[in-house]
Amino acid sequence: MHDMSAHAHVAHHAPPTGFIRKYVFSLDHKVIGKQYYGLALVAVLVGMFLSWLMRMHLGWTNFAIPGLHLLSSNGAPGDVMTPEFYLQLMTMHGTIMVFFVLTTAPFAAFGNYFLPIQVGAEDMPFPHFNMMSFWVTFAGFIPLIASFFVSDGPTLGGWTQYAPLSAVGTVGGPGEGTGVVLWAISIALFCVGQLLGALNFITTTLDMRTKGMSLWRMPLTVWGWFITSIMGLTAFAVLMPACVLLILDHVAGTSFFVPSNLVINDQLQPHSGGSTLLWQHLFWFFGHPEVYIAIVPGMGIVSHVLITNLRRPLLSHRVMVYSMGALAVLSYMVYGHHMFVSGMNPVSSIAFSFPTLVITIPSTIIVLIWLGSLYGAKIQINSASLFALGFISMFISGGVSGFFLAQPSIDIMLHATYFVVGHFHMVMGVAAMFGIFAGTYFWFPKMFGRMMNETLGKLHFWLTFVGTYCIFMPFHYLGLAGNIRRYQAFVPDYMQPLIPVHKFITIAALATGAAQLIFVYNLIHSRYWGEPAPENPWHATSLEWSTPSSPPPFDNFGGTLPVVYHDPYQYGIEGSSGDYVMQTSPEKIQTKSDES
Amino acid sequence: MATTVHEPPRIQDIRDPARVSSGSGNGGWRDLVPEGGDLHRVQEYAPPPSSTAIWVLLAAISMSFAALTSALVVRKGGAVDWRHFTLPSILYWNTLVLLTSSVTLEISRRRVASFMGGLKAALGTSARWLYATLFLGFLFVAGQYFAWRELSARGLYLATNPSSSFFYVFTAAHGLHVLGGLAALVRVIYKLNHFTLRRSTFDATARYWHFMDVLWVYLLLLLWMKL
Repeated sequence: MHDMSAHAHVAHHAPPTGFIRKYVFSLDHKVIGKQYYGLALVAVLVGMFLSWLMRMHLGWTNFAIPGLHLLSSNGAPGDVMTPEFYLQLMTMHGTIMVFFVLTTAPFAAFGNYFLPIQVGAEDMPFPHFNMMSFWVTFAGFIPLIASFFVSDGPTLGGWTQYAPLSAVGTVGGPGEGTGVVLWAISIALFCVGQLLGALNFITTTLDMRTKGMSLWRMPLTVWGWFITSIMGLTAFAVLMPACVLLILDHVAGTSFFVPSNLVINDQLQPHSGGSTLLWQHLFWFFGHPEVYIAIVPGMGIVSHVLITNLRRPLLSHRVMVYSMGALAVLSYMVYGHHMFVSGMNPVSSIAFSFPTLVITIPSTIIVLIWLGSLYGAKIQINSASLFALGFISMFISGGVSGFFLAQPSIDIMLHATYFVVGHFHMVMGVAAMFGIFAGTYFWFPKMFGRMMNETLGKLHFWLTFVGTYCIFMPFHYLGLAGNIRRYQAFVPDYMQPLIPVHKFITIAALATGAAQLIFVYNLIHSRYWGEPAPENPWHATSLEWSTPSSPPPFDNFGGTLPVVYHDPYQYGIEGSSGDYVMQTSPEKIQTKSDES
Repeated sequence: MATTVHEPPRIQDIRDPARVSSGSGNGGWRDLVPEGGDLHRVQEYAPPPSSTAIWVLLAAISMSFAALTSALVVRKGGAVDWRHFTLPSILYWNTLVLLTSSVTLEISRRRVASFMGGLKAALGTSARWLYATLFLGFLFVAGQYFAWRELSARGLYLATNPSSSFFYVFTAAHGLHVLGGLAALVRVIYKLNHFTLRRSTFDATARYWHFMDVLWVYLLLLLWMKL
């Protein structure tokens, strides 16, 4: 027996056979990526549907939505939504969207599919863990959906599940018993799934790069996924024990989060001495990195798509990478800005406000690099580049409101108003969605060997772009006018002039949601009947475009690992096949003398 | 004024694909390949994925226990209902058992390593030390169970008091991870007996086991100080 040397080698010798091994319990990172994408697609349709129900209720509070009683046994008598049911829908909307769409699609779906290919690996080094990561995540989705069908319905405490409401049990309201336990189990499983995924992403990036692929030759997408996986590793590892403690408070009678002398509905709660603020600290220590986990892969994808369509690199590759890294590091120091009005020590507010303002610096640098690269450039317009531009627009529009929220003095007025809701929907929700769309339109030809319909793609973009601005811009106005979030109806006199604004938003939301069906149709139709794609439709340089086929073969490169000779974004120069030189092309690049 | 068209960015120097210069890196995060290095030697310089993976895993586990630690500190700090109790003395014996198991594991690992490196003629007693580690590991878990028994005999259950709650949560979390480590050890023994064991696998498993040791010592100190 001899020492099998430290060989970064994945044991993939033969392609899988059999339906189960090929499509269900697949070890192939590409299949796992597609499975994640499918999960995210189902989740986003569910989450969007829930938002429609919410918006209907907000615009027309006593409207009877046909069939609503089917979704809840006691939440919609006569198809009219009760206030508690509104909160339950809102909680599920937030949970499903943040976890199962915004973390799953940009990071797990595209990352699993393209990270190994873009670094020149055959697969991830731990394919079994990778497969487990998807199925554990999928298993996490089940309890969440199941909570709709338990007698009390799903939990109503918001995706943030603040204690003591989340910890007191059924006395807190419908869904606060089994619903919370199901939520916590679901999220704990999700955490485990993502930890397994992060493990693979980090080891692939550090150890599985092919010959010539140094860290600085990796595309920005890989940097985005790598930085995100480091954040995911540390953040999800904190949320999981928090969920376990929450479950214990429910089923084991412990008092981690429930204080003593708590009276609900004239009943003294049998708990002692827990700390409600403790839950907030644990949750937001995870929660703030989570929003960067949602957006950083999108930044990588947008940079990648933008560069390809600009036909030249960004102003500075290294500053982009350093800025994304700075975002990741700083994201752990700012989490208390969600807690300015929680009753924590006001000195802590200053301690969190300062890094929150500092974190705007790398974000702004990233935006300025994009804008500076766009200045004076000719960009090729296609669906992918439109969504990339839309991402930048949304990120700026949503991001500037963050400057205001970062200051405790202003946040006192704006906390828990629609101003915050507008901020995070634009900067995280819509922007990340645009990143997902950009990635889809860009990589569809590689994943399925067919082109998506361009006309439908452009139509989808314009309807969505205008629609989401119509939905979320008024939120800022509503928030400044005092409209509290998470309320199911607006009763006070000062709220009445705002109801027409809500009606407008509802109509915009329904219309924009309908426009997404264009995308779903395009996706399905192009998958089977789209125009066959050329090998490199975007004339791009990175490794995924040098696979021998689209979709790539099971071992990505047909048995011979590529050798990388160039940096990832050699555009705007004379290459053998056009104005670009692929990373794997052995041709020499003529040095241009630079007089600047 | 007309829009400015930028010059293409400065391109790198001419590269000869037959030679790979050390400045650009060759895969793996230690760019140590000399000029003219070939593919096989390049890949040897990349650390084995299991080595990186185990550090990643240990980082995640550390974060989890750090979260629980801060929960303990916060919960104790704000509480009037905290009731101190003395730790069951069997915990100190368990600590000794776990530390010994680390020693036996390390002995086994070094013997297997020197066999794999060609310095020893036969595997010899390496497997026996592995079985000893496994036995001590199970002894530790059993000891933890007896510690739980002693606490419940004293009337301290999971929900009795926040201090006992944290005791059970911490020891259960650590115990579950130790069971995972035992499963990994069983896998290593299986592979050793079938001659399919890679050195990196053994090293990673050993690193994980030693970390469980360090973690337990930390937890013992934490529980002893705070509880």
